Amino acid sequence: MPWPRSSNLSANPNRDDAMSKIEFPLITRHFGSIDPESLEAYVAAGGYEALKRALTEMTPEAVLAEVEGSGLRGRSGGGFPAGRKWRVLREAPGEKKYLIGNGSEGDPGAFTNQTLMEQDPHAVIEGLIIGAYATGASQGYIYVGHEYPLAAQRLRLAASQAKAKGFLGDRILGTDFSFDLTVRRGAGAYVCGEETALMNFIEGNIGEPRNRPPYPFQRGLWGQPTIINNVETWANVPVIITKGAEWFARIGTEKSKGTKVFTLTGDVKNTLMVEVPMGTTLRQLIYDLGGGIKGDLEFKGLITSGPAGAVLPKELLDLKVDFESFQAAGGNMGSGSLVVMDQHTCMVDVAKYFLQFSHEESCGKCTPCREGTKQMLDILTAITNGEGREEHLPMLEDLAAVMSGASICGLGQSAPNPLLSTLKHFRAEYEAHILEKKCPALVCRPLLKYTIDPETCTGCLACLRECQVEAITGEFEEPQEIDHELCVKCGMCYAVCKFEAVKVES
Amino acid sequence: MSRISLTIDGLSVKSQPGLSLLLAAREQGIDIPTLCFHDDLKPEGHCRLCVVEIGEPGRTRLVNSCTYPVEEGLVVQTQSEKVLASRRMVLELLLAQAPAAELIQKLAAEMGVYETRFKKADPQARCILCAQCVRTCREVVGVSAISMAYRTPKKMVATPFQEDSEACIGCGSCVFICPTNVIMYTEKDGIRTVWGRHFELQACTVCGTYIAPKAQLEHWAKLTGDPVESFFTCRDCR
Repeated sequence: MPWPRSSNLSANPNRDDAMSKIEFPLITRHFGSIDPESLEAYVAAGGYEALKRALTEMTPEAVLAEVEGSGLRGRSGGGFPAGRKWRVLREAPGEKKYLIGNGSEGDPGAFTNQTLMEQDPHAVIEGLIIGAYATGASQGYIYVGHEYPLAAQRLRLAASQAKAKGFLGDRILGTDFSFDLTVRRGAGAYVCGEETALMNFIEGNIGEPRNRPPYPFQRGLWGQPTIINNVETWANVPVIITKGAEWFARIGTEKSKGTKVFTLTGDVKNTLMVEVPMGTTLRQLIYDLGGGIKGDLEFKGLITSGPAGAVLPKELLDLKVDFESFQAAGGNMGSGSLVVMDQHTCMVDVAKYFLQFSHEESCGKCTPCREGTKQMLDILTAITNGEGREEHLPMLEDLAAVMSGASICGLGQSAPNPLLSTLKHFRAEYEAHILEKKCPALVCRPLLKYTIDPETCTGCLACLRECQVEAITGEFEEPQEIDHELCVKCGMCYAVCKFEAVKVES
Repeated sequence: MSRISLTIDGLSVKSQPGLSLLLAAREQGIDIPTLCFHDDLKPEGHCRLCVVEIGEPGRTRLVNSCTYPVEEGLVVQTQSEKVLASRRMVLELLLAQAPAAELIQKLAAEMGVYETRFKKADPQARCILCAQCVRTCREVVGVSAISMAYRTPKKMVATPFQEDSEACIGCGSCVFICPTNVIMYTEKDGIRTVWGRHFELQACTVCGTYIAPKAQLEHWAKLTGDPVESFFTCRDCR
């Protein structure tokens, strides 16, 4: 499978041969190697060749067949086959049809789409133009998350450059095919990454999701047939047209074709963005590419796809990254964000963090999501504060069932995932918090107790000077003592002690 | 017109295309509880009380019946265990959200829910964010003086920027439609106060009873093209 390797942003100076064997740059092939603000650079690197080929040598039906044959699946959320989506749009009745590129992203630890839009905006645009040719759409939108001003700027620049060169706009490349594209930058709501909320946003309405049916391909933007794909999905299209469906379908696993770009963050030695073929294992990602866990600590788990994803424990390190394996593990490949957590992570705290996120980002339209995230967060906060009660666990499970079953959109339906997965794999940790009022990972502050070992303490007074609430008392060169009534468990004494005399336990 | 055949609670029924599951069930005398649904408003599926279970055993899912259209061959259960559990949970959550809303207490009691396990909000809270007021203002009155504002933690019904709304005509439709009596409204000495604005009421030129706010009559005049004075006589005196 020859494709010129290029230096990319994920390049790691410590990379050895094992790593470069796993990496497979399709989407990331231009990152850092061409000027993203130059159309000439993109064209010189083979850009818009796929569009020319599609328009001059292929019928729309042939392009569609190629995408279907490639097995390309949506790179966000559910992994729906892109070709099938395209065909539905092509066959949908309607005068005007729309395409949308979703560049919302927004999951904690995810920056794949951002980098793609910033580093290779023309690839996304070329994908959309080819998609429009195959499906009969005449207008496209790219939605860019509010947090990505540079991405929006470069996409707009790229669109105007493409228009000036006749790749976009009226009568593209002299044919009678026309397609226009508008770049819209979000206003900061995470829920606008949800396809129907995104459409409401583009129409100028409040970014709340719509009920389905009707599905977007039936009635999407302004009531017209619409399909929406992640920008990474669109960027795969020129590759498929250039190299052919057969070539593309040889990469990856039986049902998940091509590559996926992941962002590896958290307690991992090398924070990086990397593109690997589907079917690579998490172990390869974390240890071969990520270099293992920071400080050579023990790996405890990783969360995929942020607040919609699941925590996967170390028993699942050999899980393959493809749609089916993630689904079977209760997770979601989604944005491709992998947040690695070491042994010092409290899983109840992790669930609480993501529930906080979902709660603040829930649009509040439907009761299960709006009130469910609120009560779930409230219970998790109580548990981490040492106020957990035995009946809290069944309450959480009841809430999760109704939220995932009865919420309008993906946000509410998947908001319980971090909770459910941590409950499944780390139930003992929840029980320790609730029954014994202990946080085994020593994270939940109200459950901690700081003491000073009189044998080890030298009485240097470093901790006494640091303590902001004057909870530490003792004479110079005498063992110090902590008043537990006054102590706010900030941990500063623990941090400044050079003699490891301050102990923390739960 | 061709009819659509489907099964609701084991009953084979025929329904007209385009009808929602909720209305199709009601035609058969099957009652599904609702909160945010209103016959005169476009269903939006906010409350999720009207959920039903669709699909063949083993592959079912919950959908809200007020927006889901009838489909040929669809198998619908309106009283399954999953449905009832979901409705009870929604009511439990609403009991915690709006402890003072009598309607919620009544509906919950009908479903066997007398107390909520969840932390209650302000004991005086009544709003359940069903958006009937917002939709009435937009769809029936046609002025959109109020809308939903903010996201979950602060979500509320509000006038734009929470300032006095110039679009409001003081008609009070939002007050009338509200199922839990949240919206403040007073009428005293020929002045109606709603959403922080005071509206002068027009008295009937014949009998002297107050008809409606002047702003509302002006709105009617604009809609109909008739002179505003033509609305200054009450219905009884016409």
